[in-house]
Amino acid sequence: MKRYSAFAIAREASRYHTGWERAWRAPEPKKKYDVVIIGAGGHGLATAFHLGRNHGIRNVAIIEKGWLGGGNTGRNTTIIRSNYLQDPSAAIYEKSRSLYETLSQDINYNVMFSPRGVMMLAQTQHEIRGYLRTAHANALQGVKTEFIGPRRVKELCPIMNIDGPRYPVLGALWQARGGTARHDAVAWGYARACSDMGMDILQQTEVTAIRREGGKVACVTTTRGEIDCDKLGIVVAGHSGVLAEMAGFRLPIESVALQALVSEPIKPCMDVVVMANTVHGYMSQSDKGEMVIGGGTDGYNNYTQRGSFQHIEEPVRALVETFPIISRLKMLRQWGGIVDVTGDRSPILSKTPLENCFINCGWGTGGFKAIPGSGWGMAELMANGHSPLTEAFGLDRFREGRFIDESVAAGVAH
Amino acid sequence: MLILQCPCCGVEAEETEFAGGGQAHLTRETVGASEENFEAYLFMRENPKGVHFERWRHANGCGKWFHAARCTVTLEVFGTYSAQTTRPPNEICDKITARRPGWSLKDWGSGKFA
Repeated sequence: MKRYSAFAIAREASRYHTGWERAWRAPEPKKKYDVVIIGAGGHGLATAFHLGRNHGIRNVAIIEKGWLGGGNTGRNTTIIRSNYLQDPSAAIYEKSRSLYETLSQDINYNVMFSPRGVMMLAQTQHEIRGYLRTAHANALQGVKTEFIGPRRVKELCPIMNIDGPRYPVLGALWQARGGTARHDAVAWGYARACSDMGMDILQQTEVTAIRREGGKVACVTTTRGEIDCDKLGIVVAGHSGVLAEMAGFRLPIESVALQALVSEPIKPCMDVVVMANTVHGYMSQSDKGEMVIGGGTDGYNNYTQRGSFQHIEEPVRALVETFPIISRLKMLRQWGGIVDVTGDRSPILSKTPLENCFINCGWGTGGFKAIPGSGWGMAELMANGHSPLTEAFGLDRFREGRFIDESVAAGVAH
Repeated sequence: MLILQCPCCGVEAEETEFAGGGQAHLTRETVGASEENFEAYLFMRENPKGVHFERWRHANGCGKWFHAARCTVTLEVFGTYSAQTTRPPNEICDKITARRPGWSLKDWGSGKFA
C-alpha cells in the first residue's frame, strides 16, 4: 500500500492523479480463515485491525452484508467522549478516546478527529447533582472532566440562550478532549489498514447460517459459499439478535431505531458539541457547516432504519429554546439506524455458549465513540480469551446481577 | 407512524397516543425459579426481524394495557388484542399467516408456543 502524505499528493498532482490505488482490495473468499468477523462496521474493522496489529493474527476475513461502514458507523452524530460514571465504562471509553487522538497517524488515514470539547448541559437540579457525581467519579478514574457554571457555558458556546424560561442552563459537565471525528473515514481508514495487512473484506456477502459442531462454530454459510474458521466474532450491532439466533443462543437485547438529522449548512457558529439531555437533543456543527442534531430512540422494536416523526420534532422543538439561532433553519436530511440496546445500557463484549464464538454488541445509542477501544478489547478477548478492558462486559453479568448501569450516564434518556 | 387500535376502548389513533411496553407473553418468574428462567424473565428478550408480539398502553387515552401483533421490518400492524391472554388468539395468528404465508406461532418466543 502506498502511504498517504503531503509528498504523495505532490507526486500524484504532477501526474494528473493517475497513480492513486484502491484503498482496499475486493478479494474472492478463501475456503478457511483463522478468524472470521461478521460485520464490517467500525467495531468489526477495528477488531480485525487490532487482531493484526496487536496479536499478529492476519489470516482474517471481515464479512459484510451491505457495504463497508453503511450501518450505524455511517449513521451516527460522530460524538466522542468518555465521561461515563462507572469504572468499566470509563476505562473502555477513555481507552477509545485516547486511541482516537492518534488514530489518523496509526492507520495513515485522516479521520479528522477534532477534540473540540463536549459539554453536557445541566438544565435541572437533578442533572447538576448527577453531573457533579460523574465529574468526581471521572477524577478518580483519571478521565479529565469538570463541572462548569452557566457563565463558562455561555463563553464556550455564545449562541446558547442560558436563561430559557423552561430549560435554563444551570451548568455543564465539560470534557475538553472530547469532540467529533469523520465517521466514514474511521471505517475507511480501518478497512484500508486491514486490507494492507492481508485481511479480506468481503462486502455484499450475507451470512445465512452458522454451522455448529460439538459446541463449536465450524463454518459460516454465506451468499458466497461456506467459509471455515477457527474463531468467529459477531459484531453486527442492530442485527445481533438475528445472528445470535443462527448461532443458537439468546441475547438480552432489543433493536430499536435511533434517528438524527442535519440542517442546511450555515457559517461556523458553534465549535463545541452540546448535549442537552433533559430535552433529549444534542447538536454540533459539521465541517460542512450543517448543524448535526440527534434525538431519542423510538419506544418499540424496529428494523427499518427509519423512525417516527415525533422523535425528530421533539428534540428540535426543545433545542430551539436553548439555541434560538436555529429556529429558521431548514432540515437538509434525516436518517435512522438500528441500535441494539441492553437492559443496563452498557455493551456486551463476551464469550458465548459456543466455545470459539465471541460477540461484541449492545453499544446501543453510543457506539461510535467506542470504536477503537472496543476493537482493542475485542481483539484481545478473541486472541487471548480474556481482556481487562472487556472483563466486566460479559454476557453472564445479567444472570449474576453485576450491571454496569449507564442508563443515566449514557448521556441521553433512553 | 404506527396506527394502533386500542381493543379496550376501541379508539384508533397514532402511536403518539400510545406507549410501547416491550415484549408480550413473558412468563413471570418468582420465588423458586431457576437462575436461567429468572434471567430470561428479567432480561432476555425476543428481538425478531419480522412478526413480533408486544405490550402497548393507551397512555394518552383510556390508560389500559393491551397487546399488539406487528412486523418489525415493515411496521405493519396485524392486529391488537386483550392483554388478558397468555398466548396470541387464533384470529390474530390467522391474520398474520394470511399476510406472511408460512409463518407459524412456533417460530416466536424461542418456541414457547410450540
